[in-house]
Amino acid sequence: MSNDDQILEEFTSKEYEFGWTVDLEADEAPKGLNEDIVRFISAKKDEPQWLLEWRLDAFKKWKEMKEPTWPNVHYPKIDYQDIKYYSAPKKGAAPKSLDEVDPELIATFEKLGISLTEQKRLTGVAVDAVIDSVSVATTFKDTLAELGIIFCSFSEAVKDHPELIRKHMGSVVPVNDNYFAALNSAVFSDGSFAYIPKGVRCPMELSTYFRINAANTGQFERTLIVAEEGSYVSYLEGCTAPQRDENQLHAAVVEIKAATNAEVKYSTVQNWFPGDKNGKGGIYNFVTKRGICEGDHSKISWTQVETGSAVTWKYPSCILKGDYSVGEFYSVAVTNNYQQADTGTKMIHIGKNTKSRIVSKGISAGKSQNSYRGQVQVMKRADNARNHSQCDSLLMGDQCGAHTFPYIDIENQSAQVEHEATTSKIGEDQIFYCQQRGIDEESAVALIVNGYAKEVLKQLPMEFAVEAQKLLALTLEGSVG
Amino acid sequence: MKEIAGNTIISSLTTQFEAFEKQLNGQSKSAVHQVRRAALAQLQTAGLPAARDEEYKFTNLTRALVKNIDFDKSAPAFALESEAIEGVQVEGLDAYKLIFLNGEYNESLSDTISVDGLTVLPFQTALKEKQETVEQYFGKNAALESDPFIAMNTAFSMNGVFIEIADKVVVDKPIALYFIGDSANAQLSYQIRNLVVAGKFTQATIIEKFDTVGGHESFTNVVNEFSVDHNAHIQYFKIENDSDKAYHVSNTYASQEGSSNFTANTIALNGAMVRNNLNIRLDGEGCESHMNGLYVLKGKTHVDNHTVVDHVKANSYSNELYKGIMDDKSRGVFNGKIFVRQDAQKTNAFQSNKNVLLSDNATINTKPQLEIWADDVKCSHGCTTGQLDQDALFYLQARGIQKEKARAILLRAFASDVLENIDNEAIKNYLEAIITERLEA
Repeated sequence: MSNDDQILEEFTSKEYEFGWTVDLEADEAPKGLNEDIVRFISAKKDEPQWLLEWRLDAFKKWKEMKEPTWPNVHYPKIDYQDIKYYSAPKKGAAPKSLDEVDPELIATFEKLGISLTEQKRLTGVAVDAVIDSVSVATTFKDTLAELGIIFCSFSEAVKDHPELIRKHMGSVVPVNDNYFAALNSAVFSDGSFAYIPKGVRCPMELSTYFRINAANTGQFERTLIVAEEGSYVSYLEGCTAPQRDENQLHAAVVEIKAATNAEVKYSTVQNWFPGDKNGKGGIYNFVTKRGICEGDHSKISWTQVETGSAVTWKYPSCILKGDYSVGEFYSVAVTNNYQQADTGTKMIHIGKNTKSRIVSKGISAGKSQNSYRGQVQVMKRADNARNHSQCDSLLMGDQCGAHTFPYIDIENQSAQVEHEATTSKIGEDQIFYCQQRGIDEESAVALIVNGYAKEVLKQLPMEFAVEAQKLLALTLEGSVG
Repeated sequence: MKEIAGNTIISSLTTQFEAFEKQLNGQSKSAVHQVRRAALAQLQTAGLPAARDEEYKFTNLTRALVKNIDFDKSAPAFALESEAIEGVQVEGLDAYKLIFLNGEYNESLSDTISVDGLTVLPFQTALKEKQETVEQYFGKNAALESDPFIAMNTAFSMNGVFIEIADKVVVDKPIALYFIGDSANAQLSYQIRNLVVAGKFTQATIIEKFDTVGGHESFTNVVNEFSVDHNAHIQYFKIENDSDKAYHVSNTYASQEGSSNFTANTIALNGAMVRNNLNIRLDGEGCESHMNGLYVLKGKTHVDNHTVVDHVKANSYSNELYKGIMDDKSRGVFNGKIFVRQDAQKTNAFQSNKNVLLSDNATINTKPQLEIWADDVKCSHGCTTGQLDQDALFYLQARGIQKEKARAILLRAFASDVLENIDNEAIKNYLEAIITERLEA
């Protein structure tokens, strides 16, 4: 076993690759949270009165709510008064083109490997980059505008399309939905807004890249995607944060609305700083993501690769309201060292002939805890609902834990619901088989893990699949013997 | 003071406890009574399960009890004819039988058991005659904090049975415990406390059957504790086919030592609201546990099965199969937890829960749960909910079998997976007869 121990040691001593900060001059709010801060944020962003009232209402509700204790995660109590709720890179007038963007900022993205110019030229991905709460630049806006697609930062959308925002914001995730959603609603700083008009198939992947840079700032972004009748969009979200000792809070809200025949595909690669190998620092990632299939034959698909964050608390959900609507959830969650993840999904079948599919692959290593928590609910009038859930866990090392909490609530006799879960480790026989064929242990593990997660990874768009595979290989290099 | 759930019930129980304590005379100083006092204190501080209690999420037993059961009333006298007592017994079952009427042991109706090395005593007798053993095992498996109804039961533990099997003793016949209640004239509520201590290399089968005869509401609260020593082989049956107005809660806690084998068969066929907690701790290497469950429900029956299998040591095996058929407005709840502790390497644990809904007003809430801290394990769980296979139904109809009959055949086949596992012919036949009759009705 000494060889294994050595590999394990190597793996656990691996440092966070994206751990660096750029000295950007930031325009910040003082620490703490009260009504004045909410007003400050709203004023900073030049928001209309209705939005300020909306925020204040959310803040009032948040104050009455209690932090949830049911997730299977443990972390020291968050002092909500010790967080800066607004931090924007200082800038002059809003940049009209990329040339006007602070060169240091561009360098940040280049270091992350998503250089805006590069991406714009080579990959054809429209990127809405968010650094510390303010959307910096959005590429390809013009190309999209020709088709009537709106893809811009949330604050721009508030200015340019107030009627759309007012109509849809908070309609999927109400302000008082949960503690962190209420907090986000009160202090959200920016985010992305995408609107796909009727019958339009978005020709490129829309992408947002989040990054927490300043110390002690919480990132509270909000994403709203509205897909009108017969439209299609694939949306990508990626996250990284620099290495810091303190824990940073990230509480985002994502809302998706799909009308009749519309399809929305939402992919996330989350690589926030997970804390160091002693469990110090790292991001608290408390996210509310929910989509509603409002029209018949609509479809929402969530794909997520979760490798980062010290604590993750996230359940991308689908409300299947329209008849024949489809919800999908594909997830790979990897935890290592002292990371904790409590993630899963909710599929709520309301319409007739609705279908949902859940594939969740958990991988725990080191001293981490990985939980799947999901709910499949079939309402009384949801005739012929169909669900299949599969959640597998892979354990590496004897110090980690894997947990499964599926809730299955059925009120209709014609529903067909299946759930299966397995927990295992990489078999010695599997490794032996590979080794016999000249594949060394390290590559064998990578091969097996990749095969294990393949079902989910293949759902990712090309641009992300590459990154995700790299991330997986990186995080799990040599962690099993 | 914080408002606790079920405080009206608890205040009635507190008054009862004072009266109960007075009639104990000299025994109120005993160690067992100190446990009873602690149990009452626990109940008074923690209360009954609140409406949002995760463990009682789908089964609001507290509300049902507050609404339906008057805890201030004393138990009515037992006035049933002997035919009624005979009627609820399993036909053709060759067993040592013990009869409890309204919770109290009835010596004249029960068999006298004389098997070397086997001690079977009413619980209150055991408190005097087997004081040391009772004190050693009482309340050790069923901890007061783990369930409010355990605390409630422990505070009043008096009726029930004490079974001790000496090392290497094989009990030749099953021990059948019949709990018969008379609710014909008034409401009835009673509590039962059973303690089973099985020594090394023992073998025994214990059967529990609960029946209430009469049209009034009834409430029964049962706690069973099993201590299963090395290489012992114990089978436990719980058959519950109670009246439509019966509220029943049971907690069965077993702990197993190395290489022992424990099987629990839990059958629920009728009642108003039934809650079964089955908790098995595999505390030695090479243990084996089997849990079979079947619930066939109609009307407004609500059955909630919670099971916990806790793998503490390495090289053990557990297998769980629960199946349910829900018709009318009935509701089935299943919550199965498997824990595999860090030291429990090489554990194999399997769990399966399958359900069929026959009506749009029937509901199933199932939550199969795995919590694993050891890496070299094979664990899986699965659960399905669906309706009968339409192709199979058509196949039978095409061969001239009426739809209703075909449906019954398929449902019987569905239930038979569990019945097949039952290792006692008389019980198997008895259950098959009830289920067939039910399904063909």
